[in-house]
Amino acid sequence: MPGSQMTSASSTAEPSARSVTASAPFRDESFRNDFTFRNSPDTVLRAPFPFDQDAYMYAVNMELHRDGKAGTAFEEPIDVDEHYVSEMRDRALVLDEDPLRCQSLPHMTLAGWDTLELLMTSKAASYPDWFALTREGDRWHWINRPLGIDQHFVFGDETTLPYAPLEYITRQAQGDFCVLDERAGNLWMDAGMVTTQADWSLDFDIGMNFFEWHAPVPLAHELGIFERALKYLRAVQQGNPARRLNWTMTVNPRLDTSPENFHVWGPENTHITKDNVADKLFLRIELQSFWRLPRSNGILFPIRCYFLSMRDLSTVPKWAKRMHRVLKSLPPELASYKGLDNYRPIAIDWLAQFDDGSPTTPGPFPD
Amino acid sequence: MSLHGAINVVVTDVVTVNPLIKRFHFARADGEYLPAFSGGAHIIVEMQDGDMRRRTPYSLMSSPLDTQDYQISIRRDDEGRGGSLFMHREVRRGMKMRIGMPANLFALDQRANKHLMFAGGIGITPFLAQTAQLMARGGEFELHYGVRNRELGAYVDELEQRLASRLHVYRDDKGEQIDFDRLLSSQAPGTHVYVCGPAPMIEHVVARAAALGWPAEHVHFEHFAKAPAGEPFTVELRASGLTVEVSAEQTMLEAIEAAGVDAPYLCRGGACGQCETRVLACDGELQHADHWLDDDEHASNEKVMPCVSRFRGNTLVLDR
Amino acid sequence: MSATIEPSIRSRPVYGTLAATDAPAHLMVADADGGAALLELTAAMAPAALMRAEILYVPLASTADHSEALRALDCPGFHSSPSIDALIPRLARSIERMKMGTQIYLAGSETLIGRAMQVAMQAGIDHQAIQTEHRGSLARRMQCVHCKGITENVTTQPADCAHCGLLLLVRDHYSRRYAAFQGVNINAEDPSDVPEKEELFP
Repeated sequence: MPGSQMTSASSTAEPSARSVTASAPFRDESFRNDFTFRNSPDTVLRAPFPFDQDAYMYAVNMELHRDGKAGTAFEEPIDVDEHYVSEMRDRALVLDEDPLRCQSLPHMTLAGWDTLELLMTSKAASYPDWFALTREGDRWHWINRPLGIDQHFVFGDETTLPYAPLEYITRQAQGDFCVLDERAGNLWMDAGMVTTQADWSLDFDIGMNFFEWHAPVPLAHELGIFERALKYLRAVQQGNPARRLNWTMTVNPRLDTSPENFHVWGPENTHITKDNVADKLFLRIELQSFWRLPRSNGILFPIRCYFLSMRDLSTVPKWAKRMHRVLKSLPPELASYKGLDNYRPIAIDWLAQFDDGSPTTPGPFPD
Repeated sequence: MSLHGAINVVVTDVVTVNPLIKRFHFARADGEYLPAFSGGAHIIVEMQDGDMRRRTPYSLMSSPLDTQDYQISIRRDDEGRGGSLFMHREVRRGMKMRIGMPANLFALDQRANKHLMFAGGIGITPFLAQTAQLMARGGEFELHYGVRNRELGAYVDELEQRLASRLHVYRDDKGEQIDFDRLLSSQAPGTHVYVCGPAPMIEHVVARAAALGWPAEHVHFEHFAKAPAGEPFTVELRASGLTVEVSAEQTMLEAIEAAGVDAPYLCRGGACGQCETRVLACDGELQHADHWLDDDEHASNEKVMPCVSRFRGNTLVLDR
Repeated sequence: MSATIEPSIRSRPVYGTLAATDAPAHLMVADADGGAALLELTAAMAPAALMRAEILYVPLASTADHSEALRALDCPGFHSSPSIDALIPRLARSIERMKMGTQIYLAGSETLIGRAMQVAMQAGIDHQAIQTEHRGSLARRMQCVHCKGITENVTTQPADCAHCGLLLLVRDHYSRRYAAFQGVNINAEDPSDVPEKEELFP
């Protein structure tokens, strides 16, 4: 495969962020500096558009994560798309600058192995052209063709991998991953790989429980959203994952919108104008899923990020109309919490041209 | 009607462990590996007993490291609803059955510097799995196991071989008793306590731990709550528009499921809260048998746990 | 005396009032006017219970020093440290030696409570097992989310990071692990906008 490297069997070398070049069907693009990220038209259509009606309010909105609808981001349990290689390269850059974005409290190593198994088996089953996993007892062999990885290791033995298991596998999986410990009737964020977050810090939040790490979210606590969500999540069982969608907006297709770097990306919030809003303002969709982990009894909570520019949205008439209406009707506290205040009016003005006021069909999928 | 994550299994062995206990071995019917699990997990075993479909939870006692073979041990209960009797009398090698996906409501606290375990009788089963997991990955623990006598002390030999000095066995017939107070007074910070056995034993350990200053967060227990048998009764499921007859040996949950209503559950032992159901009308007496609702909630007659509780009276209407 | 801490977001710690338990042993830790809370606590305890109590105290010289009264309780262990930093290793050793079942009580500034809590958690004690009562200063420890440096004794809103110099919004979002509140750059979008500092956490 042009541009990829096959490391030798039993090697523990890991291609660096800069040494792997993307090749078709994977795009070669950036999520910082020159922001060359673009969605192919097909990728736009498969995005998990988060609004199933013309206004938005918090809901528990959990559903089972199965019966993947073909042609959507739900098709495979762990979705891999054209941005895979470039996203992994951006992750490696973030980790080079700030290793604290991936941490695991000492008691979470077993959950890390559970996570490694889940992601490897899922990717190998969904995308056999790109990923392969063969196992003989504890001796595992993992191949990741897009990233040029060929790794023999012993499952359960950290010394046979170049990184601890959670870091190892999440350096090869799109989206953030929170690993939760269940105890005392609550869920505790005790490990994670968090480089594509919408403005929260793993380093600060690690160790918090479900209500604590959600503490800054306005309105939702009063509605009892989190009590119900916690009860649902504690009942999630192996083999029966759940999912929900969340959303915000970002200026530029920047994955690393962390509080750590707020002084870097924060200023961009004021750069939106009517002339650049179409290509510079993005709907940032989070596909969250919840998986019971077998040996540790923890919960894996992936947060997978999808960008749609306002122009991308305008290519799907129903989505443009709906986005317009959602932004117009959004409660001010929510808009502020999501950081939209600087550019919401500009986005509403631009999207207005696509909204003729006619009814939209129920459900989130394009007509 | 659905059994969560149902797995088709075949019974590969039935072993008489002692006059009261039989051990059952399951393998996947298709020969694949069974799911990995965490020590302390249980499976729901589905039994077709004539035209009654039973679903009863049993702790997995097998090592979580060996997922070709699941093992459970069942103590015969001559007074109960008949589930253990069915297993003891009817289940044979080669039989096809269905089990649910392992779920764990008695997990080890992974942060513990040491796990102090108290087992009584058949309560030994979750500890068999947990100690296997701890021996494989490392972890400090002690297991104190009370048995009636050598004959009824299931798995003592196997445990002595595997655990050596970490195991302490106490025989009733020799007058040996676990010195709970001494043990609970002498532990270093970061120790967690686990107890599984007869209800009076659990209650005693929990009470002594509290009296000796142990925080509740460090004390873990699992009741093998048996849903009691009782008299038949009728329940109206308002949301489903159905009226259901619950037979003497059936739980309310089983009757609801038999009527085709998919009610939530997890432990089926009255402990986890997942089957909690709103009572819309109650003219009679709810017989609460759970460990989930508090005394006020029991008295209010506004909620019930259908996996274990029953009813006697004229009318019971549930929001289901 | 003490300004009251208003409950705010779910991650902002809420403190209680110390109440004596029947635990077989007691470990009490306080600074400044937290000493007064310990005196109130011990007043409600039987002499036999006091015989199984250890007190670790950081007085605030001249303004909030309850050393004499605490020493007069005649508990088997009373130790006074000149600062919280100096207290920490002593506390770690006391916790290491204690048995499960010992009730821990923390009283005083949020910094004292938070840092002592860290030591107990490090030893494997669940934080919910520990009794706390706030007395005295509202000054905060703050972790700068950007440079990870912790700034002590923050009393203003906003506040400067003592390490990297950024001006930070002092949030109510609190980490038990760091025993600190989160500080986030307040003028990232417009660095020329420098809000006035207000004494909010005296």
